Amino acid sequence: MARSRSRRPGLNRRAQYSLFASYVIAIAGAIAGLLALILAKADPAGFGVLRAGAAELTRPVSATLSSMVTGIGSIDEHVVAYINAGSQNSALRRQVEANRVRMIEAQAIEQENVRLKKLLRLTETTKSEVATARLISSTSTTLHRIARINAGLGQGVRVGMPVRAPEGLIGRVLLSGPNSADVLLLTDSQNIVPVRRASDNVAAISTGMDDGTLEIRPLSAGTSPFKPGDVLVTTGTGGLYSPNIPVAVVVALKGGFAVGVPLASPARVEMVMVERPYDANIPAPPVPAETTGKPAGHTP
Amino acid sequence: MTGEPLNGPVPRLGRMPSRWRIHGTPVLCVMLGSMVPALLPLISQSPTLPPLGLLFLVSWRLTHREIWPVWIGAPLGAFDDLMSGNPLGTAMLLWSLTMIALEFADERLFWRSYWHDWLIAILACLFFLSGGFLIARLSGSAAPFMLLLPQMLWSALLYPLIVRITAGMDRWRMMA
Repeated sequence: MARSRSRRPGLNRRAQYSLFASYVIAIAGAIAGLLALILAKADPAGFGVLRAGAAELTRPVSATLSSMVTGIGSIDEHVVAYINAGSQNSALRRQVEANRVRMIEAQAIEQENVRLKKLLRLTETTKSEVATARLISSTSTTLHRIARINAGLGQGVRVGMPVRAPEGLIGRVLLSGPNSADVLLLTDSQNIVPVRRASDNVAAISTGMDDGTLEIRPLSAGTSPFKPGDVLVTTGTGGLYSPNIPVAVVVALKGGFAVGVPLASPARVEMVMVERPYDANIPAPPVPAETTGKPAGHTP
Repeated sequence: MTGEPLNGPVPRLGRMPSRWRIHGTPVLCVMLGSMVPALLPLISQSPTLPPLGLLFLVSWRLTHREIWPVWIGAPLGAFDDLMSGNPLGTAMLLWSLTMIALEFADERLFWRSYWHDWLIAILACLFFLSGGFLIARLSGSAAPFMLLLPQMLWSALLYPLIVRITAGMDRWRMMA
């Protein structure tokens, strides 16, 4: 292709000025982007309103598409089942998987009961589910692992709430718009969850590795006590996630830590549940000035 | 020599395409490309989709130099940031720089062939993806660079198709 017409305006003064102005605006745009990045670093939720608005714009399409396509991620599963032994195989496998999760949960609850009986000061938990939703899209071009659900402020979803599927933990709410919310997935490197082994109480920290796996680091020093096949559940430490939600299964050992795979694959789960934060005694974020001015001591 | 007949609208039956169609089509095309990850019900566990917004931006810009002012990278980049999930400012900054760089490249390259265009698009993608990686790293992510390689490869391989789509839309845009 021949060289395109040069923008060089020649002697025309007006054209010279407008060309110069367009360069100035372009550089100003780049600087504005840099400033926005610095602002976003200082205050990550600063542009939340804009992003929530954008989410509202695309939600109708992605929600419709996701309800039509029942999980792109499960296609491979169906194919494998057909090759192996027909459609029955897939159904049976699902059943076994569901039973396994039940068993893990039962095992964990049993242990939890022993512990709780010692504590005696029990707090009864109310029904903690806020909303059920569907994962409708995700940030599939970027390095951040954030998925979007089709429930937001209107359905009672607030920032910080844990999100889980029947199979296990999915993540926590990062940003909530009117009818949609962004969920930071378990596998994002900024999502850190305290976990313990379901069979005993070996505590560990799970951190996302951004590639669909988790890094499981034991809290105790020394060699990693985990072995492939270990199932990890939440501890309830930190007050965000309620205890005994299945998190991951250990698949490999690498150096001082174990590599885990989430039990609930976001690509395959059909519905997710948004729950209330586990412990309501966690102090709320600083209240605005008008409520702090109220005289204390009126409550019994 | 200047390629004038190719760059201007081609009237059919004495009609001219509307201004909206002439100027709106490329912008809408890039915006639609940016919206793809938010529209598809695809829950990915690593960066999988190529940056379609950027690919369309580069493709339109290389096809027609005259349709956009130099500063178009900033507003389109801001929209891409809102849709893609990158921190706001990432594409705004990187796309602006890309457009300025393309402007300088145009002054230097006397003849551009298809392969030049492809190479330019690949470089733009590499710049955008590694820039996004750097920004994600600075904001606390611990993702390894390896994760980006498949995405870079697919972006490079996808460009010829993007050019075809752009050319098709361009025909429609020009002919009323």
